[in-house]
Amino acid sequence: MKKLLKSLLVLATLAAMPMVAMEPALARVEIDVNKGVIEPLPIAVTDFLGEGLGAEISSIVAADLKRSGLFAPIDKAAFVEKISNPDAQPRFEDWKVINAQALVTGRVSTAADGRIRAEFRLWDTFGAQQLVGEQFFAPMANKRRVAHIIADSIYKALTGEDGYFDTRVVFIDESGPKDKRLKRLAIMDQDGANVRYLSKGTTIALTPRFSPTRQEITYMSYESGQPQVYLLQIETGQRELVGNFPGMTFAPRFSPDGQKVIMSLLRDDGNSNIFAMDLRSRNTTRLTNTNAIDTSPSYSPDGSKVVFTSDRGGQPQIYVMGADGSGQTRISFGGGSYSTPVWSPRGDLIAFTKQVGGEFQIGVMKTDGSGERILSSGFAQEGPTWAPNGRVLMFFAESAGSGGPKLRSIDLTGRNDQPIPTPNYASDPAWSPLLD
Amino acid sequence: MRRIAAIARNPVAVALVAGLAIAGCASKKTPNNAGDLGLGGGAGAATPGSAQDFTVNVGDRIFFDTDSSAIRSDAQQTLARQAQWLNRYSSYAITVEGHADERGTREYNLALGARRAASTRDFLIAQGVAGNRIKTISYGKERPVAVCDDISCWSQNRRAVTVPRGAGS
Repeated sequence: MKKLLKSLLVLATLAAMPMVAMEPALARVEIDVNKGVIEPLPIAVTDFLGEGLGAEISSIVAADLKRSGLFAPIDKAAFVEKISNPDAQPRFEDWKVINAQALVTGRVSTAADGRIRAEFRLWDTFGAQQLVGEQFFAPMANKRRVAHIIADSIYKALTGEDGYFDTRVVFIDESGPKDKRLKRLAIMDQDGANVRYLSKGTTIALTPRFSPTRQEITYMSYESGQPQVYLLQIETGQRELVGNFPGMTFAPRFSPDGQKVIMSLLRDDGNSNIFAMDLRSRNTTRLTNTNAIDTSPSYSPDGSKVVFTSDRGGQPQIYVMGADGSGQTRISFGGGSYSTPVWSPRGDLIAFTKQVGGEFQIGVMKTDGSGERILSSGFAQEGPTWAPNGRVLMFFAESAGSGGPKLRSIDLTGRNDQPIPTPNYASDPAWSPLLD
Repeated sequence: MRRIAAIARNPVAVALVAGLAIAGCASKKTPNNAGDLGLGGGAGAATPGSAQDFTVNVGDRIFFDTDSSAIRSDAQQTLARQAQWLNRYSSYAITVEGHADERGTREYNLALGARRAASTRDFLIAQGVAGNRIKTISYGKERPVAVCDDISCWSQNRRAVTVPRGAGS
C-alpha cells in the first residue's frame, strides 16, 4: 500500500511583511460560529503561482472552504488585482472593492529534492494585515494533503476552531443489483478524492470505523461465513479477527484511547448484548445483559460513558451507561424510534438516526437527551459520523427509487447539506481523526 | 509566531437553531399480505426429499411483521411442514437465514435478523428437529429478495429462509 501517511510535512512560518500591521485588536475579519445562521464569509482565493500545480492546489483550498458552508469564495473573474508576487503586500483597496473580507495568496514550486514547496498567506483586507503566513514541504504524492492543510489553517485562523479538511473517510462501496449487492471497504479523502479499496468485495463488509489513535479500522465482515468483527491495518492490509466468539459479533467501535473495541455479541437466544474487548489483554467485559437487542455502542470522548441502542422498552431507543455498564438510562423520548447514536468528539452532543412518520431523520441531542434537533429528513438516511471538530456530520441517504445510497454531509446548523462524491453507491461513512 | 493572527473569537458552542418540530407518531405498517411466495417450478415436479422438493413443496420461508420476530400463525403452518420434512429426511442439516426489511438501521437490523433466525430455529426444535442440525445466520437488510421501495417489497424481505445443506437424497 502507498505510504500516504506519516509523510513529512514540514511547516515553517513565513516572515510577515515589515509593513504589515500585526496588532490583533485591529483585525476585523472573523466568523462567529456560534451564530445560528452563518452568512458565509466572502473570501478571495487567488490562483497560487507556479505552473499548473499552484492553481490546482489553490482550487482544492477554495473547494474545501466553500463546502464548509462558512466561506463564499469569490468568482475569480471579479478580481481586480492580479497577484504577481505573493510575498508583496496586496493592494487591499482592490480586494475591498469586491467585498473580499479575506484574501489568500500563494506559490508552489518544486524543491531540489523533488518535493513540492507550498507557501501561502492569508490577508485581512479590511484590517490591512497578514493573518497567516506558512510554508510546507511535501512529496508530490501528497499535494492534495498540502491543500487540505492550508485550508485547515485558514479555517482555524478565521473561525478559531480546528478544521477537518486533512482527514479521510472509510466507507462501504456498493455496486451491483440491490439483491446481490457487492459491499466493499473503501477509503478516500474527506472531499471524495483518492478512493482506494481495502477489501475485494467477495463477501459483505459493513460498518467500518476509524481508530482514534492509529491507522487502523474495525469493521464487520462475512468472510468466515459467520458475521464477525475484524481489525484492519490500513497501511499493511493486515487483518485480524477480534476475539473468538461463538456467534455473530457486530457494531464495533474503538474506545477513545484506541485500546478497546466495543461491540455487540449475539446470544444463543437471539438477543444481542454489548461487550468491550481490551485489544492488549484480549479480556472481554460484558456491559449489558438483557433479553433485548443492545447494539450500536459509542464511547464518550473521555471514555467514561457509552451511548447505545436498545429495544428493551419495546422499540429501539437510545440509552447511556457508564463504561462499566452501570446506570443504564434511557435518554430518547421524542416519539418514534432512535438508533445509531454517536457521541460527538467534543463531548457535547449525540448524533442519531430517528424513524418517525415513515421517514428517517438525522439529528443531534444533548447527552442527557434534551435539546433534540433534526438536521435532515428523508425516505432513508442513517449512520451519522462526526468530523473531528464536532461541527459537521456525514451520513448516507437514499431517496425512493434512487436505487442505492450516497454519502452526504451536513453541518450543525442543518443548512449546509452537501453531497459527497463517490464512484458508486456508498454507505457507512466513518470520519478519521485529523491526520498527522 | 506560528499563527500571526489572533482574532478575538468566542469559544465554541453549538449553534442552536430553533427546534424543529418533531411531529407525527410512530407509524405501524399494515401487516403484510405476502403469503406464500409462488416459488417457480411446478409443484410436485421436484424429486421427493430433494432440496428443490423442500423449497417448492414445503415452503422454505416465513414472513414477519414489522420489527417483530414472533412466529405468525401462517408461518407456524409452514414451519410445521418444514419440521415434518426435516424429520423424515434426517440426513439434511439446515441453515436458517434471518432477514430484515430496509426500514431500520443497519446494525439494529442485523440484530433483528438474528432474532428472527433464532425464533425460527426454536420453533423447529420444538417440532422435533434436533438443534445440532440447525445453524443460523443474520443478513440484516443486506440481502433483500424484493427490491421495490414500498410495503409490498418490505413485507417479503422480513423473512426467515430455511436452507437445506449437506448430504440429503
